[in-house]
Amino acid sequence: MIINHPLLGPRDSAEFVYLGDAAMIDRPNPETASPQDWHDYAYLRENPAGEHRELWFHEGGDRSWLVITRNTLTHEISKVEIARDVARKMGRSK
Amino acid sequence: MTQKNRLSGGQIDRDTTLKFTFDGKEYEGHKGDTLASALLANNVRLMGRSFKYHRPRGPLTAGSEEPNAIVELRGGARQEPNTRATTAELFNGLMAKSQNRWPSLAFDAMAINDRFSNFLTAGFYYKTFMWPAAFWEKLYEPIIRKAAGLGSLSMKEDPDAYDKGFRHCDLLIIGAGPSGLMAALTAGRAGKEVILADEDFRMGGRLNSETLGIDNLAAADWAAQAVAELSTMNNVRLMPRTTVIGAFDHGIYGAVERISDHLHTPDAGKPRQILWRIYAPKTILCAGATERPIAFDNNDRPGIMLASAIRSYANRWAATPAQRIAVFTNNDDGHKTASDLHAKGIKIAAVVDTRPDAPLAENYEVLRGAQVIDSKGRLGLTFAEVKLADGTMRTLECGALGVSGGWNPNVHLTCHQRGRPAWNEALAAFVPGDTLPPGMTVAGAANGDMSTHGALTTGAAAARKALGLKGKAAKTPDAEDAPVTQTPFWYVEGCSRAWLDQQNDVTVKDVKLSHQEGFRSVEHLKRYTTLGMATDQGKTSNMGGLAIMAELAGKAIPEVGTTIFRPPYTPTAIGVMAGRMKGMEFHPTRLTPSHFWAKERGAVFVEVGNWLRAQWFPIEGETHWRESVDREVTATRNSVGVCDCTTLGKIDVQGTDAAAFLNKVYCNGFAKLAVGKTRYGLMLREDGIAMDDGTAGRLAEDHFVVTTTTANAAKVYQHLEFLRQCLFPDMDVQLISTTEAWAQYAVAGPNSRKLLQKIVDPEFDISNDAFPFMACGNITVCGGLRARLFRISFSGELAFEIAVPSRYGDALMRQLMKEGEEFDVTPYGTEALGVMRIEKGHAAGNELNGTTTANNLGMGRMVSKAKDSIGSKLSERPGLNEADALKQVGIKPLDPSKKITAGGHLMNADGPVDAKHDQGYVTSAAFSPSLDSMIGLGFLKNGAERLGEKMRLVSPVTDLTVEVEIVSAHFIDPEGERVRA
Amino acid sequence: MRYSGFKVIKEALTGHKGWKPAWRDPEPQAHYDIVIIGGGGHGLATAHYLTKVFDQKKVAVIEKGWIGGGNVGRNTTIIRSNYLLDGNEPFYEFSLKLWEGLEQDLNYNAMVSQRGIMNLIHSDAQRDAFIRRGNAMMLNGADAEYLDLPAIKKEYPFLNFDDARFPIKGGLAQRRGGTVRHDAVAWGYARSADSRGVDIIQNCEVTGFKIEDGKCLGVETSKGFIGANRVGCAVAGSSGRLMSKAGMRLPIESHVLQAFVSEGLKPVLPGVITFGAGHFYVSQSDKGGLVFGGDIDGYNSYAQRGNLPVVEDVCEGGMAIMPMIGRARLLRMWGGIMDMSMDGSPIIDRTHIDGLYFNGGWCYGGFKATPASGFAFAHLLARDAPHETATAYRFNRFETGHMIDEKGMGNQPNLH
Repeated sequence: MIINHPLLGPRDSAEFVYLGDAAMIDRPNPETASPQDWHDYAYLRENPAGEHRELWFHEGGDRSWLVITRNTLTHEISKVEIARDVARKMGRSK
Repeated sequence: MTQKNRLSGGQIDRDTTLKFTFDGKEYEGHKGDTLASALLANNVRLMGRSFKYHRPRGPLTAGSEEPNAIVELRGGARQEPNTRATTAELFNGLMAKSQNRWPSLAFDAMAINDRFSNFLTAGFYYKTFMWPAAFWEKLYEPIIRKAAGLGSLSMKEDPDAYDKGFRHCDLLIIGAGPSGLMAALTAGRAGKEVILADEDFRMGGRLNSETLGIDNLAAADWAAQAVAELSTMNNVRLMPRTTVIGAFDHGIYGAVERISDHLHTPDAGKPRQILWRIYAPKTILCAGATERPIAFDNNDRPGIMLASAIRSYANRWAATPAQRIAVFTNNDDGHKTASDLHAKGIKIAAVVDTRPDAPLAENYEVLRGAQVIDSKGRLGLTFAEVKLADGTMRTLECGALGVSGGWNPNVHLTCHQRGRPAWNEALAAFVPGDTLPPGMTVAGAANGDMSTHGALTTGAAAARKALGLKGKAAKTPDAEDAPVTQTPFWYVEGCSRAWLDQQNDVTVKDVKLSHQEGFRSVEHLKRYTTLGMATDQGKTSNMGGLAIMAELAGKAIPEVGTTIFRPPYTPTAIGVMAGRMKGMEFHPTRLTPSHFWAKERGAVFVEVGNWLRAQWFPIEGETHWRESVDREVTATRNSVGVCDCTTLGKIDVQGTDAAAFLNKVYCNGFAKLAVGKTRYGLMLREDGIAMDDGTAGRLAEDHFVVTTTTANAAKVYQHLEFLRQCLFPDMDVQLISTTEAWAQYAVAGPNSRKLLQKIVDPEFDISNDAFPFMACGNITVCGGLRARLFRISFSGELAFEIAVPSRYGDALMRQLMKEGEEFDVTPYGTEALGVMRIEKGHAAGNELNGTTTANNLGMGRMVSKAKDSIGSKLSERPGLNEADALKQVGIKPLDPSKKITAGGHLMNADGPVDAKHDQGYVTSAAFSPSLDSMIGLGFLKNGAERLGEKMRLVSPVTDLTVEVEIVSAHFIDPEGERVRA
Repeated sequence: MRYSGFKVIKEALTGHKGWKPAWRDPEPQAHYDIVIIGGGGHGLATAHYLTKVFDQKKVAVIEKGWIGGGNVGRNTTIIRSNYLLDGNEPFYEFSLKLWEGLEQDLNYNAMVSQRGIMNLIHSDAQRDAFIRRGNAMMLNGADAEYLDLPAIKKEYPFLNFDDARFPIKGGLAQRRGGTVRHDAVAWGYARSADSRGVDIIQNCEVTGFKIEDGKCLGVETSKGFIGANRVGCAVAGSSGRLMSKAGMRLPIESHVLQAFVSEGLKPVLPGVITFGAGHFYVSQSDKGGLVFGGDIDGYNSYAQRGNLPVVEDVCEGGMAIMPMIGRARLLRMWGGIMDMSMDGSPIIDRTHIDGLYFNGGWCYGGFKATPASGFAFAHLLARDAPHETATAYRFNRFETGHMIDEKGMGNQPNLH
């Protein structure tokens, strides 16, 4: 596969390490979350057959985490974002 | 003239005669021959045996789709099983043997199977060999296995080299027949970067096998001229002998180039083959088509071939399987074979055409509405039995029979991304479907455009479209444009032992039986009968099977569907898929800066991940590794030892939020760590399990140095970046992996300070008061060399770790050895390191095994409740905090002379020994020279409360039972006096 | 109809006219006691044991395509019970015992071939871990054997001992491990279940569940509604898609695992060999092909195909450990959907919906589990209680912290 890195252009996916669903950015609020919230965050996945937003780490490159929108049926990649930007948009800060 | 069946003309170099052997017998051929064409020219039709019935087999085809003529090529370590004689280029000295026969090809004892074929029908083995139960492995299966298989491996290491490479282009064209050449000319003339790959050694595809003309040139000459023009273009890369094996995601194609397979041995420094990863935004598949046979009884004898193959042998290779040949066809293409052969002086026994209105010919007899229904000839065809239109029988004497049932487009690569082909009624064949791999288009016969004109036109058009070329298209060369329709004729009615899959011996009867038994999906058919599972993957057989299935089920062929096309397009050497990554090159080898110093000292090295680390340093007179290790431990504990710990992961953490960040990373607190201090840190995964441990030293308010274990260096770095970028994106913190930047050494033992004081520059006070246990700081050594010093101890002794920029690692080690002479400084390796950490009760990789919690490690209280850190919440789950949870303990044999073993399980002193009564297990064990006994660390249920308990350590798999005592994991200096000395 | 050598001979002599379809092709009835979704190995085995052992009468298996078309038709055929953890080992050992009697149980020769499995050891830490595992196996009543280097050399002289980046230091063998003719497993279970009255309904896709008041009443299918007292889902790589129709999210990610077969070769490998320092395992089929595989590709995928980097990685492992296969040719590669669970272990459990049961999350290890999975699922469906060897395979283990994590990789499925 080829990942079109927003900063570096097209790179072979072999340079990257895969983590999983981008929902992992959405870590529960430690002040308010219930044990069930923590369980759901750590263990339950949408696992869609179709578009999937997922985290890839450019280990053999600039060490950025990316959020990639990729179709799990066709492997087509429709969007590549810098994970940090996504995290900020989701309201994550410190 | 030994080449009895050599004809005139052809594209062989008659001035170059090549000698070769087949089954030990010597023959001659010419440059340009394949093994099959040369054997045919020498009147050899019998080249192999079938898989199951060991029926005699000759070539069916003249290409990579060949199911029958497969041989063991070359000898010695280069022996190459299952090589298609039809694609093996002849070279001087080529050696080939027939395979899967005994004792000889002409007399094969296993052909007895053919006599029992009625018992050995499709799937018979699922119904028998069940009684008595024990006999399957002992009797039946060994017999079956012995008989199974085709060629044999040499069992020696492949001596040839393989390589891998990457290529990029604007347009990849797969196949250099008429459409591929036209596409390449069109794109090449437009200045685009083009790769033209073809599996054959001579580009031109079918044009090399046909007598038709293009633009007043013979087809092969037109092809040669096109290739010549392309080879002058710097933007066009011609890759003959290159098979595109698969279409992978995002326009990445795998292609194997055979660099040396046409040579006796590879040229010096050259690989045998290269695996190319071709990155192509656009691809045109011009893979042509494969002729399909017609099934009739005993249609598998040597000499019965595809009509187009016989034509190829005659026209391209000037070889013929026989001097008298018949043709069996359902379309006009078979007639081309007859007329071309006639022109070469071959006697045509007759053209048997299933069509009542078949065209007649001047030079030979055409039997309209007739069918070949059977054949004769023990090791090769002698007669074909023909049923004429009026039902009467006629026997044709012939040494070969060309069969043509129409053509199937080679759609394989269009389906590698799970696209399905579409049925074309006019061609009665599958053509590429709607869902092609992105960027791919198809042209020529592969797309169902069967005429030469059609191929040329669509090739040019596909290139223009793929590349968005504007302007007027060049004129298409003149070529025949006969309309092609194919009326299906799959098999002769009433036939039974009519072969579909010639290699795997699947007949029409087998397909019918499988249908009778309910195996009605096309995948069931394939799996039950093994149709299409041979080395040719059904390229000539699958369609026939499908057609019969469809008929039996009363369905149309497209309703039955096809099996899935999978890579590789043709079988591919495993060696080339691995390239250079074998032997010592399998993985990269990482060496520390003082590796060569250690080597000089005679160190024995051990693989730790990709690193090589010194395991111990034997000195003269030591014969057993334990002697060396014991000496190293004792010397360190008594004076001073030095160990290379460069391989530990090192991460620089900088920024105003560095402390807050580490407070999230580690389960224990880091916010209040003073500058100049180091702290042990335990890192949990989010699921609450221990991930890694190490130390973090605070060099400045906004600067920490984190160490990780060697094994987890990359993983921890990745994890920290995840936290920084994804979870805490606004923290002011930067990370950089500095594992390779610093060479780091543990200097341990009561004299370690004294030794270091000799190299640390005098302005830095490292006395116990100024630089106490867990201190850290930037210093300089040896007169100004910057260094980092940490007073941390893995060994349990007074110890330091000193880091210098990598390029000084070797010099520092030598300096330490020199300055340490007065203390008898001793370098120690990973074994002594391991012994000392076990003596001290420090957890390492064996304890941090991915299932242990802080609680298990006896560090449960370290998990701060006062703050949020990764994993702290999920570590609170009840299953991880049960009353009898495993706790880390020390283990000692009651009898110090007894051995204990890591991996042993702990059982109560009395009672049953089984899984239900399992109390825990030993994680690490070593001989402790300090205690003169073996000792171990382990996890024991409720272990903290069981110190002093006598237990049994059992290791049935190494046949060991030892009585042990559970003790504190801190075997030496439990109060930590030495580290603070 | 009983299969036997005599029957084969008799049919051969009488024109093979007496062979009947191995299973019927029935239309679905309106209601069953138990409906199993998924005509793969696990679903068909469940049907077999439900009717043969648990005395159930009205059972149907519904399959969206053709039976045996999922992972049971697309795997590397290995059976073994060399697990470490108490949550797993008794289950897989139970499975191995069922394999050992399978042919006689089914009257179908699935070619269970116990030619052994050898895990090679390349480091001291790996040796410690394998000894612990071997002991756990033996303490659970399974067989295990530790081999030192000379023993490995004697048994596998063709391995790379001289020029290895990661030298072989020993091995852990399970002699009762081996291979099975995978398609025959599905067919054998199907034939047996059918003969006991199970309706196997092919080309029938489940489009939804009928759930009222927290109770599952049956399934909507492409062949209409089928009522059931209990519905068991055993659909492997389709679990995510299927269970979402019941509104469930699972502790599972679907990944692609590629596997490979070479051209047929005369016998060279005695049993299964796994290369502990690379990603490679291999056996040789009765037809002579080297059947091999390695790691999953590592990204979520339902595409049933993989990419070149893993193909190369696997072949590199092969060449590193047995460099004599360089001139053997890779014939075919394929990809299957692996439902990778969050701890690498499966789930056989009730769901929160009454009457709806789940069997899945087998990662890349479902084939060897087929008999025990079927047995345990049948037990659960028939008695509404987990089988004694499968008590740990619960949904709630992630909530309670009772993970069964053989590899110690935590909640990252692609690392299991």
